Amino acid sequence: MNALFQLFISFFKIGAFSFGGGYAMLPLIEEEVIHTHKWITSAEYIDILAIAEMTPGPIAINSATFLGYRVYGVLGSMVATLGVILPSFIVMSIIFISMYRFKNSPYVDWVFKGIRPVVIGLIGAAAVSVGRTSLVDLKGILIAITLFYFVTFKKLNPILAIVISGVVGIILY
Amino acid sequence: MIFDLFKTFFKIGAFTFGGGYAMLPIIQKELVDNKKIISNIEFMNAIALAQASPGPVAVNTSIYVGYRICGLKGALACLLGAILPSFLIILIIAMFFFQYRSNPLIEKIFMGIRPAVVALILSAVYSMWKNSRKTYIKLFASIVTLLMIVFLNVSPVIIVIAGALISVVYHRVLHEDMENEH
Repeated sequence: MNALFQLFISFFKIGAFSFGGGYAMLPLIEEEVIHTHKWITSAEYIDILAIAEMTPGPIAINSATFLGYRVYGVLGSMVATLGVILPSFIVMSIIFISMYRFKNSPYVDWVFKGIRPVVIGLIGAAAVSVGRTSLVDLKGILIAITLFYFVTFKKLNPILAIVISGVVGIILY
Repeated sequence: MIFDLFKTFFKIGAFTFGGGYAMLPIIQKELVDNKKIISNIEFMNAIALAQASPGPVAVNTSIYVGYRICGLKGALACLLGAILPSFLIILIIAMFFFQYRSNPLIEKIFMGIRPAVVALILSAVYSMWKNSRKTYIKLFASIVTLLMIVFLNVSPVIIVIAGALISVVYHRVLHEDMENEH
């Protein structure tokens, strides 16, 4: 019971204090699961990251599910996953409800007008950081350019694009 | 409607490799382009709030979009749909397949998928820009944001808050000027 509670608290903390999502969460996860609680070693942690990267979904959820299972079985995986998403749910609920209440205020409109161009920059930056680790050779760059063209201008479905790229990977590498 | 939302986000959750950002183009394609349930502007608002809040961006976005479309029930349906595929897949791997983690065939598949993820994210940036009302000042803000994150490692939270504050001050001043003229 104590281990379950520890898991919940740890992942709640990870969910509550990591802004920016994705890779920005990794230092905090590392701190909690390797250094503070010693649930796994650094080598195991790298393996879990590799698996998190190859499986669909946000890395924080993947690590929570995996770590939870290692520490306390299926129940542990549920508790850890719940812990990591609960802060998101609470915060987004509060934001949505307060936005709804003030939706006629010009301030809400102004805030969003200022944030929207920032979002485009943020996602552009995400593309750069993913690109730095993903585009390792000419073949990869060609895959990226070709798929960008088809998804953007020929309306290729993104899910289909992922499937095609996996098959292309088997053929080219 | 609720089940439809769950199904859509389950599909999104099942096919987004390479972390949460890869989810955004797929959410955009499904909800903005195909089903037209929310507008491009609302989608960008959702991402902005998701970025400025703690937790995974894709999870936050799915919760907000769910609220926007169908209230609390919608938020729960989208959240559950988005995380269930990764939960189930990781659980199965943790139980049975952890020893196969360095299979060469899987490695080849991912050599192909990783560049595709970059293409998808860039495509999302392109269509967001194309569908917004374009001005030089917005373009400037987008580029400055990108440069600050890529080269100076500034936290996205700070930039989101700064963007909001600058816009409020700018409009506030403009607003008062207009009132003075009357």
